[in-house]
Amino acid sequence: MPRSDSAISVIENPQVVIKDLNLYYGASQALHDLSFGIPAGQVTALIGPSGCGKSTLLRCINRMNDLVDGLRVEGSITIDGENINDPTLDVIELRRKVGMVFQKWNPFPKSIYENVVYGLRIAGIKERTTLEEAAEKSLKRAALWDEVKERLHQSAMGLSGGQMQRLCIARAIAVSPEIILMDEPCSALDPRSTARIEELIRELREEYTIIIVTHNMQQAARISDYTAYMYLGELVEYGPTQQVFTVPVKKETEDYITGRFG
Amino acid sequence: MSKKFWQQGEPFVWATGLALSLILFLTMLLLYVVIANGLMVFWPKQVALATLSDGRQLLGEIVREEVIPGGQAKRLQFKIGNRDLYGLDFKWVDASSITSMSFPQNVQVLERQEFGNFYGFLSELEVKGLAPPATGSNSLEQTIAALDSRKKEVSLLGKKIANLNRRVEMIDHRLIQAHYDKEENTPALAALQGEKEGLKTEFEALVGILNEKGAALATNQAIFLDANGRTKAIPLVNIVRSYQPNAMSVLAKCGYYLERMRELFLDEPRESNTEGGLFPAIFGTIMLILLMSVLSFPLGVLAGIYLREYAKDGYLVRLVRIAVNNLAGIPSIVYGIFGLGFFVYGVGGSIDQMFFPERLPTPTFGTGGILWTSLTLGLLTVPVVIVATEEALGAISPGIREGSQALAATKLQTLTRILLPMASPGILTGFILAMARAAGEVAPLMITGVVKLAPALPLDGVFPYLHLDRKFMHLGFHIYDIGFQSPNVEAAKPMVYVTTLLLILIVLLLTSTAIHLRNRMRQRYSVTDV
Ligand SMILES: Nc1ncnc2c1ncn2[C@@H]1O[C@H](COP(=O)(O)OP(=O)(O)OP(=O)(O)O)[C@@H](O)[C@H]1O
Ligand SMILES: [Mg+2]
Repeated sequence: MPRSDSAISVIENPQVVIKDLNLYYGASQALHDLSFGIPAGQVTALIGPSGCGKSTLLRCINRMNDLVDGLRVEGSITIDGENINDPTLDVIELRRKVGMVFQKWNPFPKSIYENVVYGLRIAGIKERTTLEEAAEKSLKRAALWDEVKERLHQSAMGLSGGQMQRLCIARAIAVSPEIILMDEPCSALDPRSTARIEELIRELREEYTIIIVTHNMQQAARISDYTAYMYLGELVEYGPTQQVFTVPVKKETEDYITGRFG
Repeated sequence: MSKKFWQQGEPFVWATGLALSLILFLTMLLLYVVIANGLMVFWPKQVALATLSDGRQLLGEIVREEVIPGGQAKRLQFKIGNRDLYGLDFKWVDASSITSMSFPQNVQVLERQEFGNFYGFLSELEVKGLAPPATGSNSLEQTIAALDSRKKEVSLLGKKIANLNRRVEMIDHRLIQAHYDKEENTPALAALQGEKEGLKTEFEALVGILNEKGAALATNQAIFLDANGRTKAIPLVNIVRSYQPNAMSVLAKCGYYLERMRELFLDEPRESNTEGGLFPAIFGTIMLILLMSVLSFPLGVLAGIYLREYAKDGYLVRLVRIAVNNLAGIPSIVYGIFGLGFFVYGVGGSIDQMFFPERLPTPTFGTGGILWTSLTLGLLTVPVVIVATEEALGAISPGIREGSQALAATKLQTLTRILLPMASPGILTGFILAMARAAGEVAPLMITGVVKLAPALPLDGVFPYLHLDRKFMHLGFHIYDIGFQSPNVEAAKPMVYVTTLLLILIVLLLTSTAIHLRNRMRQRYSVTDV
């Protein structure tokens, strides 16, 4: 049985299936033969040393890499049975379905309210009540509502870093995606903000499929259901978090998790 | 110690400060000269009556005083006016040859329709068809004021005649068109001919009345005496303004000053532009800048967007970028020549051939006009806008673009909703620079449509209201023209200062409007992100 099939078959009924994925930045290959399945309604963590290709992989899932010059992708990624690398696929539709939160928060220089409803406005929704309800709901889900409800129409640039990151999360969930990609959402935050966002991720799990990149082992252990360990663009180990952290199959995984490497 | 001293950077700080002070000093000096001279032009000056050692007398404003080179002796320059009597407006007199000097209260200064100022004493009023003039110091002013309604009547007649002229011209155009189309003996043509004849008789009748009334008005005159008792009769209609500066109170002087200001902003120029108002030139300058902006701003922004957002970064794009950057270094006269060759003769000539062939060889668009000048200036400023747009867009962090696209926005939506608003302060800054540069350009204007005296404004109440083919007047050219091309440079000097001041003020006004706009944008889209 080839390795790729075993990694996919870890999950029953995966929502996202990555199969034989190779990715090249010009001449240099960043991802090697990745194959695994990601379950719906769960949190999947991507861990691995810096430069191993976690962000690159994440950005493949909503085709954010389209923006990069000279990038080439081989293999397939299917979401709900649809190959998203198909050139005829509507990228806008895809991104509506797959939201993303970046490592560096990037609110727009607009008001808090406008930030949250940006995606809805882009989708063509104009009714004020719909927008207002969606904004309130998303801000509440992102645990930001109480802090900003008095200043919805002030600039988002006046928020703290942690608040901005939660705003970016609210912005992403406002358009009701099915999958949310998070690239080290807490890497620049203090422990309290981190705790709030972790709490948020656990709550969001009920409604969304979450794929999160993190360098923080405890965090991966705390919030994720499945963990994938990557090294130099290859998938080393993948399985339920419990198993990866307590009885890893590979020696490298254990070294990395326990901090002897990486 | 010295090494440490240099390392601390003290001398460098001094050097930076010194450089700034030098620039500030030169700018302030320039502004001081322009403002000090420009603001004083309209303040009424005392008129001196000087008695010379040979017994002759001299009446005039003291303009300048200087030491004769190679000695202690001084000499004075008088503005003696009365060009029709003396030939020259200005006269240098050695201070040693002046035996006495006084400032008589009853000196009368006249600003006239022609021949410049007159300095003298009122002797007698010869007025017909008016109540006998009141005697007293202001009888002249009162009489002139009494003629006002009749003057208005005459000028109204003049306007009517100009209107008739224009209508005849339009009929002529249609007739020429008909002739060109080989259309003959049609009833419509006959009707046009008839209308033209009717207008012509009306025209002649009006001219007759005008001449009659004008002649009648001109018989009202005043007799003046110059310093040496020579008499001079001046028709009252030729007097634009008369005053007695030596007898004026400060309040009266202020009133005079304001009146001159009003004239400056709202009236037409007189005497080959050295006197009177600057209204057409102000209008032309502002309209040129606005038209130029309307043409070059969108073009530059679009080009900048393409270069930064859509063109694939490569050899060609870099080449284009270098070329665009260097465009700003081409002498403006070269743009002017290009404008003349391409826009005026090329584009304008083709328009004439296509749409107005019947009028040829008289050009309609194939000659200088405000449209071609704006296009030429637009070409000159567009590189600045392109570079500013590119740079402003490039300064936006990629995270913002990705954030927008990750929310399913297309590239265009990202551009219009996020990037352009964020880049707008930077783009506006470039645009302000471009506008300021364009406002001060003269060389390219001179060959693409500016004239010394334009018969009509490029915007008026006659269909089609906006006449982009018309030639126009411009403050910058005005400065050059009256300062260096006028027959009487000395007399025109005050006007040069005033015009310069006005041009600076207009540029300041336009740019500060743009700066205000930019600051509002900046406030709205400020990124105080770490
Ligand atoms: N735009 C790019 N052009 C060329 N190479 C790139 C580009 N982006 C990433 N790479 C390379 O691809 C590899 C994977 O990068 P990636 O950003 O996915 O790593 P990562 O696992 O997210 O690292 P980190 O944990 O530091 O964020 C790295 O070797 C990197 O140098
Ligand atoms: Mg990364």
